[in-house]
Formats: sequence, structure tokens, C-alpha cells
Amino acid sequence: MNPDHVIEVDAIRKAYGPTVAADDVSFTVRRGEIFGLIGPNGAGKTTTMECIEGLRAPDAGRIQVLGLDPVRDRWALQLRIGVQLQEAQLQKRIKVWEAVAFWRSLYPTAVAGGRLLRQLGLHDKRDAWFMTLSGGQKQRLFIALALVNDPEVVFLDELTTGLDPQARRAIWDLVRGIRDRGKTVFLTTHLMEEAERLCDRVAILDHGRIIDMDRPAALVERHCPQRTVVVATEFPDAADRFEAVPSATAVRSEGDRHTIDGRGDDLITDVIHTISEHRMPVSEFRTVLPTLEDVFLTLTGRSIRA
Amino acid sequence: MQAMLRNLLHLVWLETKIFVREPLGVVGSVAVPVLLFLVVGRIAIGGAGARAVQEAAPGDVAFLRTDLPVFVAILITLSAVLSLVTIIAIYREGGILKRLRATPVRPPTILLAHVLVKLLFTAVTLGLMVLAGRRFYPVGVDAPLAAFTVALVLSTWSLLSIGFVIASVVPTARFAQPLGALLLYPMIPLSGLFTPIDTLPPALETVARFLPLTYAVSLLRGIWSGNPWSAHLGDVAVLGLVFVVATGVASRVFRWE
Repeated sequence: MNPDHVIEVDAIRKAYGPTVAADDVSFTVRRGEIFGLIGPNGAGKTTTMECIEGLRAPDAGRIQVLGLDPVRDRWALQLRIGVQLQEAQLQKRIKVWEAVAFWRSLYPTAVAGGRLLRQLGLHDKRDAWFMTLSGGQKQRLFIALALVNDPEVVFLDELTTGLDPQARRAIWDLVRGIRDRGKTVFLTTHLMEEAERLCDRVAILDHGRIIDMDRPAALVERHCPQRTVVVATEFPDAADRFEAVPSATAVRSEGDRHTIDGRGDDLITDVIHTISEHRMPVSEFRTVLPTLEDVFLTLTGRSIRA
Repeated sequence: MQAMLRNLLHLVWLETKIFVREPLGVVGSVAVPVLLFLVVGRIAIGGAGARAVQEAAPGDVAFLRTDLPVFVAILITLSAVLSLVTIIAIYREGGILKRLRATPVRPPTILLAHVLVKLLFTAVTLGLMVLAGRRFYPVGVDAPLAAFTVALVLSTWSLLSIGFVIASVVPTARFAQPLGALLLYPMIPLSGLFTPIDTLPPALETVARFLPLTYAVSLLRGIWSGNPWSAHLGDVAVLGLVFVVATGVASRVFRWE
């Protein structure tokens, strides 16, 4: 195994009766990156992740994590990874500090509990019962538990589902902090914005199969090269002028507002050039870039939110 | 091995604290049996207080001396089993069992910790019952309490293994309590507690002979009335067999999620 490869998944398959949750899934996660397994609900993300964590055994294929087999070497692996599970709960009336203390006691080496709670902003909640925590606080506690043994790889499954945007952003900062301390993060999400903002590389999973894998920007470039510029101007012949932009493929005009579609980064430069050439008075200028949601739509013909 | 023991003790302590914080849990498994003991006892001796015991009919005194303590002991056991079934169902549905499995804790440690917590509260409840009995029913009971405690813990241990089988089949946590009660409490009238099983109709008698509770009742009653353990080797053997079989079945059908 390449020492730079923290996780190697080779052609795994997992079926529950007639339902194939993961089909010929292969990918590699490199040391120190945030790798995202993305796709709609039911695509097989959690199944794949739980095979890698050693919670499930794949029907076929091979997995190596830190050079270990997750099923055969499960106990050795558990000491070196940290796990947050989708929709897991703790005992309703366990206190925050009790959970951290118990988790710390399970590992031969553990980070200082007090510092961990401060890092995650839970220090003043240390005596609170689990059931009294907000959704964001619960998730931060689960991150704390996943970090308690100073793991080399951290697994996060649908970490921010159900959180409000503010709590979500706070969690993203925490996850970036984990990577910046030299750890590898493997996460799943069905939120494309989360994948785009957080992940160094992503693999798109649909119906149990990986349909493409790369840096988010590279995926957008590859599958959705179109760009759109929206300009509002009172200039009389604006629509005709924009039609003449070499890289523009379509122009739609509603009153003073013009929407110009085209391919490649040249479009934006060309539109700016046209505006300055004709000295147009511009009251609005906006570029619309495609996102991973558009990539998913292009690749599958379906919206990921459907 | 040492780590396992340390994890086990830590988990027992943690689950004990959590159980005590659950108001209904303690009421159901500790307060209800003790209160029932006091109330039923009062009714049996005519509500006239302790002095009436001397004048009470000999049958009533016999009821107070053996049947009531054994009855309450059985209730303690069954409420421990029911509480275990409910907790396991809630822990499974909430993903708590799964979360614990994604750690270095060995799965049997998690389940054993719950069994030990239940046994601990069984012993505590029995202790409270004995104290309450001393205070309110000075009928001069001379039961071997240490042996009785051992017999109760053994019976509970055995029946808790059935609890794991029930916990494996309940579909959701909401059904755990009613379904558990439906399976457990009908065993009481057939267990020989109120009517000797050889006076039951033949069909029911056959059923009774297959109920583990019957052997728990026989053991508890015998030990309470001062029989030696050698007179109850059969009961102990059956309870041991129930434990082995139920644990074997549970380890095959138990679901963690």
C-alpha cells in the first residue's frame, strides 16, 4: 500500500437482499485531505462508509485503511480511527463530560478532555444532559468523541444534516481545523454546497456506483463548462451588443436585464470588454457559475434534491 | 482482559448513574415492588397494624411469611427483565448500541454491563423490602437472607437472558414495554406462586412445567423457607439451562441496529 494512501477501496460490493447498496465501488483517499463521498439519500454513501469503518463486511472487494483490513483487524483499526455515525444518539441523561470521560477511558492514549471540550465550544455545557443539547451541540459532542483518541483518520457521516446554516458553518470550520492538524477526513454528504466548500476531493455516488471523482472545481469544469453573466444596463442596443460577444451562445433580455450564456472563462472577459467598449452604464453585474448540483444533474439527468 | 474489566466497571457505573436519573425507572423497579409489598401485606393482615399479626389467621401469617416475599421477589425479577428489554430497545432505536460498537468496546461488555446494573438494583430492592418487612411486619421471619439473595440474583440472571431474546424480536422501542409485559406477566399465575401447579388443569400444568418462572418460584420459595440448596439442584439446573439456551438464541438473533 502506498504510504500516502490512507484508505484504499477496491471494487467493493454490498447488497441487502435484492437491493444493491454499493456496486463495484473503488477509490483512494490520500493522507491529509478532506475526501467527500457525495450523492442523494439512498445512494449507498453510509453503507460504503460503514464497510470502511469495519461496521459491515462487504460481500466482495477489498478495503485497506492505514494498511489494515477493517473487518479482520477491526480492533487494531478502531484505536486509530475516529467515527461519527449518521443519526446516532447517546443515552438521554448522560452528561457531556461523562461521555467524553468514558470514551477517553476506552483508548490507551487519549487527548485531554477539558481542552477538547473547549476546542469544540462545549466547555460550559460539560454538566448538561445529552437530551438537553441543541442539534449543533450534539454534533459537536459527536465530533469530540470522534477525536478523543487523536485518530489518524476521522469519519463523518452526514455531519450537518438538520442543522441551521450558522451551526453548519461553525462545523465546517471545525472540520477544516481537523485537516489542518494533519488528519485525514472522510465524510459523506448530500449537500452539494457542503461538498464544494469543504472537500478537497469528492466522489459522486449514485445508485451504489461512483459516477465520477475529482476536485469539486475540476468536476464542474469538466461537466458544466457553461458560464452565465447577468448585466443590467439602460444602454439602448445592449441586447444586440451582447449577441455579438464571440463566446456567448445565448442572450435572454427582460427589460434592462440581460442574461448571457456562454462557455469557458472567456465569456466573462468578453462581456466586460463589450461593456467598456460601448461605455455602458451598468447597475448590476453578476456571474453565475455552475455548481456540483449542476454536475449531478448533467451526469444523471436528475436533480440531487429530488 | 484487564481493559475489558475496566471498561465493564466504568460502563456499569455510568449506566447506574443514568438509570438513577430516569425518574420512572427507579420508581418502577425499586419503589413499586416495595410499596406493593407493604400494601398487600397490610390488606392481608386486615389493615389493623402490626399488633393484629398475632391475632391474624394462621393462613394469613403463612402468606406474610413466605408467599408475599416470594411474590415480591418475582416482581422484582420481572421488572428487571422488562426494564432491560425496554432499555435495549431504546438504545437500539436511538443508535446508541451502534455508536458504542464503533469503539474498542467489545459488544458483550455493553450487554453484560446492563445485566449487572439490573442485578445491582435487584439486590438493592430486595434489601429495601427486607428492611420494610422488619419495620412493619414483626412476624418473626427467620429466612436465610444471604442464600435468598443468591437465589434471587441467580433467577434474575437466568430470566434476563430471556429478556435479550425478547429485546431482539420487539420491532420498535414503543412496543418493548407492552410486548415485554404481555410475554412476562402471564407467567405469574402459572408459576405455582398462588396455586400449586399440580392442582392446575393438565394442559396448563404442562405449560407451567415449561415456564422458567416456575423453577424460579420453586427455588425462591424453598430457599426462603429454609430448604438446603441440595433440595433445589433441579431448579438451579433448569435456570442454568434457560440461561445457556436463551443466551445462545439471543447471540444469534440479537440486532444491534
